[in-house]
Amino acid sequence: MNPRKINSESIINVVIKITGYSAIIFVGLIFYFLLSEGIPALREVRFSEFLQTRWYPIEDYFGILPLLAGSLIVTLGAIIIAVPIGLLTAIYIAEIASPRTKEFLKPFVELLGGFPSVVLGFLGLLILSQYIRRAIDLPTGLSAFTGALILAAIAIPPIVSISEDALDAVPRRYRDAALALGATEWQTIWLVTLPAARSGVLTAIMLGIGRAIGETMVVLMVTGNAPVMPTGLDAIFSPTRTMTATIAAEMGEVATGSTHYHVLFFIGIVLFVIALIVNVTASTFVFRRRKRSERILS
Amino acid sequence: MVNLALAWAERYHQNSPETNLAVTGGGSGTGIASLINKTTDIANASRRIKDEEIDNAESNGISPTEFIVARDAIAVIVNPDNPVEELTLQQLSDIYSGKINNWNEVGGEDRTIVRLSRETNSGTHVYFLEQVLRLGEKENKTLFAQNTLLLPSSEVIGGEIRENPNAIGYDGLGYVTPDMKVIAVSDSRSEDAQFIFPSAETVNNGTYPIARDLYMYTAGEPTGTTKQYMEWIFSNEAQEIVTDLGFVPILTP
Repeated sequence: MNPRKINSESIINVVIKITGYSAIIFVGLIFYFLLSEGIPALREVRFSEFLQTRWYPIEDYFGILPLLAGSLIVTLGAIIIAVPIGLLTAIYIAEIASPRTKEFLKPFVELLGGFPSVVLGFLGLLILSQYIRRAIDLPTGLSAFTGALILAAIAIPPIVSISEDALDAVPRRYRDAALALGATEWQTIWLVTLPAARSGVLTAIMLGIGRAIGETMVVLMVTGNAPVMPTGLDAIFSPTRTMTATIAAEMGEVATGSTHYHVLFFIGIVLFVIALIVNVTASTFVFRRRKRSERILS
Repeated sequence: MVNLALAWAERYHQNSPETNLAVTGGGSGTGIASLINKTTDIANASRRIKDEEIDNAESNGISPTEFIVARDAIAVIVNPDNPVEELTLQQLSDIYSGKINNWNEVGGEDRTIVRLSRETNSGTHVYFLEQVLRLGEKENKTLFAQNTLLLPSSEVIGGEIRENPNAIGYDGLGYVTPDMKVIAVSDSRSEDAQFIFPSAETVNNGTYPIARDLYMYTAGEPTGTTKQYMEWIFSNEAQEIVTDLGFVPILTP
């Protein structure tokens, strides 16, 4: 082999290695920065104060429980709406729709994913929230429910697009075998194709949830941002304030190095830890499932 | 107020490019401290200079000269369909602190009150907290009701007010548009107070209760370039910028 080829190959190797590791380095740096800016909050504010239910930082009320609850309600609501719709849409596009419908539908779903979230937030604010207020007779349409609906609209395109790819990649002969054994079309989809595409579908759902948790602009615009501690199920139809919206709304004007500043970074740490837990749980789940389905189908 | 100072400085620099102005934000206290430390020629402040600040300045050989350069009024706004016309400061305080929760308690329809406010980082929020919720009393620790909607901009507040008959909001007088209904406010602290609508006139003659003066301070009587600049501030051109930014201009008699 000629030496120039070996040389260029080793350079490419190094470059790929660097890009691979850089993602880890960036995550590490971000985590270090978050910790160094957020941990001082634990010295300046007693931990019990974080567990209070009032968030009013300009008078030193730093209870983050209402924000945590707000994020949880809005994200869970979005997942409950987005996962079934997204999954069923993907099944329809991949398994049932005619090729012509499929060619028409998929780009449209992907176009929805291309909308800037601030545009969706604006529509939610001016149109959807007023419609919801009248439809369910609420005092105000700026509520967790409106936020969850729009977050679902944001989470659906990645769920549809990636699960459709995963379903599409299931070999034709699996379906043929199932149909030959007398299974109906629905039984084939539900018991054969979907389990075979399981890991791809779970990745799709995780990515969708990831977009919903991290989304900031929409929740800042349509959830009303009132840091209220939920007391019952009606909290879904009340105004709420999420952690991301709090950081976005307050970070711009806060004095660098103040207690409020450190507490905002502490909220960032909480968000980071939640995202980490969700990802780790999901990936172990996907990993285990993949092994079992591979065993069955091989 | 930093936006106003920036807009003035920009326009003035366009008019006379030989004058260079630099504007720094940080709050009224920062500006006045810089004036005392002689690091600035003019301090902008959205509050009157305190006595101890004057003492500090004088012990540093400076006698601050005060100019009221513009006024800032907060209008209380509701949906045009809301029959309520007027509220006292005490009623506003009770509404925003959560003691009054239904419009029928202040002469309106049987509707839940939805309270709208600017975000806590806005100067308007803090001013409304101090002057309305706490009625200007220093030891008063009243807070906004927890279900007060904290909205990120005047546009969002305006949008909700226009559409929602349950809502009450407040914002700088300049941000009020004709499709919102402005509430007349009376100062419940004085006995013969009347319900007053905010306008350039009622703000300037001091009868509208939720308004404040915006100040500029110079070290001693201004001279040279500073003097020219201060004279320009009271010109029509500079006061038009005041209106454009949502503040109330000084009326020159």
